[in-house]
Amino acid sequence: MPATILLIDDEQGFVDTMAKRLGKRGLTVSTAYGGEEGLKLLDNDRAIDVVVLDVKMPGINGIDVLKTIKAAHPLVEVIMLTGHATVESAIEGMKFGAFDYMLKPCDMEDLISKVGEAYEKKDAQETKIIEARARHIELRRGD
Amino acid sequence: MSDVHYYHGLAKSMMFTIVLVSFTPLMLITLIAGYQYSVAYKEKIVDHLREIVLKHDQSVDSYLEEKVAELQVLADVEGVLSFRNEESLVRLHSALVRRHGGDFVDLGLVNSKGIQVAYSGPFKLQEANYTEAEWFKAVKKRQVYVSDVFLGLRGVPHFIIALRLEADGQEWVLRTTLDFIAFNKLVEDIRIGETGMAFIINREGEFQTTPRRDMTAEVPFLRQLASGMHLNTGLVRGRATMVTAVNPSTGRDTIFVTSLIKNGDWLMVYQQDESDAFSALNQARNLATVVLLLGGIGIAVMAYLMSKRMARKVEMSDLEKEMMNEQVIETGKLASVGELAAGIAHEINNPVAIMVEEAGWIQDLLDEGLGVDDNNREVQRALTQIRNQGIRCKDITHKLLSFARKIDPTVKPVFLNELVQEIVDLCEQRSKFASVHIETSLSGSIPQVAASPSELQQVFLNLINNAIDAMEPGGGNLDIKTRNDDGMVMVSIEDTGCGIPKANLQRIFDPFFTTKAVGKGTGLGLSIIYGIVNKMGGEITVKSAVGKGSIFSIRLPTACSAGLEPEKDKPVGDPNSDSLV
Repeated sequence: MPATILLIDDEQGFVDTMAKRLGKRGLTVSTAYGGEEGLKLLDNDRAIDVVVLDVKMPGINGIDVLKTIKAAHPLVEVIMLTGHATVESAIEGMKFGAFDYMLKPCDMEDLISKVGEAYEKKDAQETKIIEARARHIELRRGD
Repeated sequence: MSDVHYYHGLAKSMMFTIVLVSFTPLMLITLIAGYQYSVAYKEKIVDHLREIVLKHDQSVDSYLEEKVAELQVLADVEGVLSFRNEESLVRLHSALVRRHGGDFVDLGLVNSKGIQVAYSGPFKLQEANYTEAEWFKAVKKRQVYVSDVFLGLRGVPHFIIALRLEADGQEWVLRTTLDFIAFNKLVEDIRIGETGMAFIINREGEFQTTPRRDMTAEVPFLRQLASGMHLNTGLVRGRATMVTAVNPSTGRDTIFVTSLIKNGDWLMVYQQDESDAFSALNQARNLATVVLLLGGIGIAVMAYLMSKRMARKVEMSDLEKEMMNEQVIETGKLASVGELAAGIAHEINNPVAIMVEEAGWIQDLLDEGLGVDDNNREVQRALTQIRNQGIRCKDITHKLLSFARKIDPTVKPVFLNELVQEIVDLCEQRSKFASVHIETSLSGSIPQVAASPSELQQVFLNLINNAIDAMEPGGGNLDIKTRNDDGMVMVSIEDTGCGIPKANLQRIFDPFFTTKAVGKGTGLGLSIIYGIVNKMGGEITVKSAVGKGSIFSIRLPTACSAGLEPEKDKPVGDPNSDSLV
């Protein structure tokens, strides 16, 4: 099952085209043109697995959005997108729990493979959680 | 600063200071030491002269006393009888001559009637009648008489010692003639310098010795001097008196040292031209004058050359400083451009990313085939988007290029509103990400200002950058206003940032003063701004409250007041231009 992606960037043209291209490759893509809009979408749509997030945005910047996502939805993986000048902030973002970062403009194949990895990680984590939960139930019943 | 007069004035004041400081002590030392020296030296000379005169006056006195005593001894031992006998008189005289050199020229015995009854000597004076001779009259009254110099019967200047004797109720006078030349030697030998000489005069001012040169012209003066001496009752034996007067014969200042001898009958006079007596002193004075003069010239020349060189050095270093200032401004500009770079990079990167995505999208569509669905139209849209983004990139680079070109300090009329707007546009991206809201209210009625556009750009860019920094993090409002202000144009930049503490307010325009972390700021920005605004004849002021924000106000002279023709080809501004950005 392919990943469901949320794209957050203040550049509308970039977000739209990227969404179309990812969609062509069989991914389910939602878009948001700012941090607040993205967070709202994330709250409403539990199906989102991976967020692709621009670091430098007016309003709430990428790092703050990341912190909020990690607090509210710890399992959702975040890939940071950045221009060269803000690599430091992308690295800082990884300290706050981002899965990886990519330089803008990015290669489509690389992005898809990174998204795939992130999705696998999330999937594995979720599987482990389900297993743990199942074991817990077994233990309770196992008398 | 480049004013030639300034450096001339500098050189002049340096020169005067050097001359004054070095010449004054030299002058003081010369004058004080010279005065002390001359006083001491004169005293010494005068004492020396007195000493000489006294010594000689004693030796003259003792010479005379000795001769008188000699004669008295002779009279006491031999008695009148032995003098009356011509033969024994000759014997006695020859004995005297043998033992005393030629001092006793002759020897004679005169009876109470003034007739010389016995005589021994080179002249034929037997039976000579001395009744009328002054000395004969004088010796009648006194026991011993030493005469003045006179010609007498023989017609040769001489003087005698007469001694009254009594024997067998009769009075006799023993007389002897003293050698005038030998006596003369006693005083003639006193010679000091070129004009110093001594002689003896009597009460009437007649010479008792032969002076070294003809002194007939001085006789009246000397007579007056002599009589003056005698009137002066304060004169005591054993003390020489000194008078400085103009010698009538030479017309020069002359020193006269006088002393009474022979119980006040004679006056020993020593005279010397003052200039001669103090010749060593005068030489010293001349030497000092020459040294002072040469030293003064040396000091003046050195002071002139040195001050000129110093002034030139100052001029050079000022020039260097000015060049350095220009370099610093250039560096500061680069620094402010660097600060912009982060924002700019992002700004350029965004359209580039879009173009890359669109290109990839076209590739995707081409792979699918243009005939499918409305792929053809989609490609058209993508191409338009790429073109639009390319134009966006071009705009950004042009804005940056127009700023980064070399600073041209030429002052010309500038439309301030346009310039402010340009900078605001340039900072837009940065302010957007820093959540700073820039508001401009530009007065449409302000005249053009006289300024260098590229330097003004830097002023505003620095101030806006500073304001945005001050509002980090959290953002705020930045108000930029232009308006007329009493014949000048006022620009104010007001932020709602952290403000500047009072202690720092004094120092913010100092070079290298910064509150930013090491490596984050050079501390040059505001000092460069200050320099630029001052150079243009404007002024910059700042008001700040900690926690509330700061207002930087710049007043700039108008192009008209600076004597520049305002440019007409551009609009002075939209009349209802109070625009919001």
